[in-house]
Amino acid sequence: MTLHQDAPAPPAATAAPSRPPRPAGKANEPTRGYLPYLVPGVVLFVAVIAVPLVMNIGISFTKWQGVGDPEWVGWQQYQKLFSDGTFWLSFRNNLALIVAMAVIPTILGLILASALFDVVSKHHPRTTTTLRAAFYLPQVLPAVVAGIVWGWILHPEYGAANAFLRLVGLDSWAQNWLGDEKTALLSVMAVLVWIQIGYPLVIFMAGLQRVDPQLYEAAALDGASWWRRLWSVTVPQIRQEIFVVLLTCTIAGLKSFDKIFVLTRGGPGGATLTPSYFSFQNFFEKANVGYGAAIATILAAIIVTLSFLFLRAQNKEDR
Amino acid sequence: MRLGQRLVTGVLVVLAAVTVFPFLLVLMNAVKSPQDYTARGPLGLPGGIYLKGITDFWLRVDFGEKLFNSTVIAGSVAALAVLVSILMAYALGIGRVKGRVWIIAIFLLANLMPQETLVYPLYYLAKEAGLYDTKLAVIIIFTAIQSAFGVYLLSSVLSTFPREIVEAARIDGANRWQVLWRVVVPLSWPTLSVLLVFFFIWTWNEFFIPMIMLVSNDNQTVPVALGVLQGQRLMDVTAQSASALLGIAPAVVFFLIFQRTLTRGIAVGAVK
Repeated sequence: MTLHQDAPAPPAATAAPSRPPRPAGKANEPTRGYLPYLVPGVVLFVAVIAVPLVMNIGISFTKWQGVGDPEWVGWQQYQKLFSDGTFWLSFRNNLALIVAMAVIPTILGLILASALFDVVSKHHPRTTTTLRAAFYLPQVLPAVVAGIVWGWILHPEYGAANAFLRLVGLDSWAQNWLGDEKTALLSVMAVLVWIQIGYPLVIFMAGLQRVDPQLYEAAALDGASWWRRLWSVTVPQIRQEIFVVLLTCTIAGLKSFDKIFVLTRGGPGGATLTPSYFSFQNFFEKANVGYGAAIATILAAIIVTLSFLFLRAQNKEDR
Repeated sequence: MRLGQRLVTGVLVVLAAVTVFPFLLVLMNAVKSPQDYTARGPLGLPGGIYLKGITDFWLRVDFGEKLFNSTVIAGSVAALAVLVSILMAYALGIGRVKGRVWIIAIFLLANLMPQETLVYPLYYLAKEAGLYDTKLAVIIIFTAIQSAFGVYLLSSVLSTFPREIVEAARIDGANRWQVLWRVVVPLSWPTLSVLLVFFFIWTWNEFFIPMIMLVSNDNQTVPVALGVLQGQRLMDVTAQSASALLGIAPAVVFFLIFQRTLTRGIAVGAVK
């Protein structure tokens, strides 16, 4: 299972290498000769991930402006964090973004993938490929570019969205989509669904190819409707894929910095602020490095816990 | 085809068209002159092909240089990260080094780390090491981040590598290094090529750490240059649609070139 969004995921069962035992005579073949091959990867890991991670945790226990000496303050940043309304607001916003990046795309992706697979692919394989590519296209864009495209479409004065509403006579519906507290979060969510939808679609379509067609035939003979078959046959059969998609998209949702940066910069009035963006502000705009590090540490802790729970649930299923 | 099937096909085609529509909209408006845009609005068809908006924007951000920077960074990272990954995975998956389960678990965890947790120390360390605002810093950082994923993926792929082939090569007198390059790498090439493509595109699309690290214009990548401009809210409508078009173009080119690799990679991956 992969933790990188839209990545080729190795099968979960083989993730922990399990092989038949070696022939007895070779049991003690030295593996030390392979150790030099680990060196470049381990050095990079230590320098770029392990040391910075430990430093970040260390910084989160200090008050530091990024220059001079950090002042040790113990748990103070964390105490401040838990009583900070802005922090909690950013979390609530992040939940909304997770709905837009994980929950809605999974549900829509499931319906679209099944419909494409059941209805279209049998008669028009080429149409299926084209449609799948069309849904997947937003996924290959840099998130920043997707943000620029939508920032322009949703622009209150010259944007296409309002122009369209005026064209069809719904002038009163025209909004400052990203600039109004009431609509900003919903607009960002809509953009995220657009970006995200292709990923579950592609994964689920691949999963569907592996489902035994006889299961559907049997269900159809029993008089099950299309929706019923989707829920009772498809969902259980491709739950592995559903797990992968939900986990990777949730984690991607927790890391949404770039989309927020280009679309709203967390505004208006914190309406689209996320912990990710909030930590950036503290690091680089407010010179509150200790506080930013505390937010980032909490974010890492949540992601690790979530993945751990997901993986455990999945392992239980496998057994 | 039954009526119901036609209806579903119709709905899917409409939804796909809606998904692609923003791309067409960008293309249509990037070739409008400012007057044309004012006269016809964003939804009208362009009255003529006006390329000055695009060329002006290209020159303003020195887009050729940004393309070059992005290509150098993403290309180096893809090649180096695949190299680092295959070396480690060779030791873990085929060499079955002691403690491999732990090493793989730690790399898996590393792959999960949000960049927010690493960014400030990396910024600080890069300054200390004199690497701040260099492409090299970004290349090193993303080689590490991408190879954390590569190690995890390739180790599990190589752990199912047929043992007999490795042993036969050893009996023929090949040493470890030769086995890796003459046997393992050629036979794993399909997986390695998928990884190369993914690493290239992932690195190309990165924004957060490159934005922090690359402050001077000459070093910036395509997403950084465009994202920073957008974040400053200083673009007029012509510049904005030109910027969107120039940002979309490389991504669509990659998509067309690598479409099969991409869908194969994603599809092969999630299937048990």
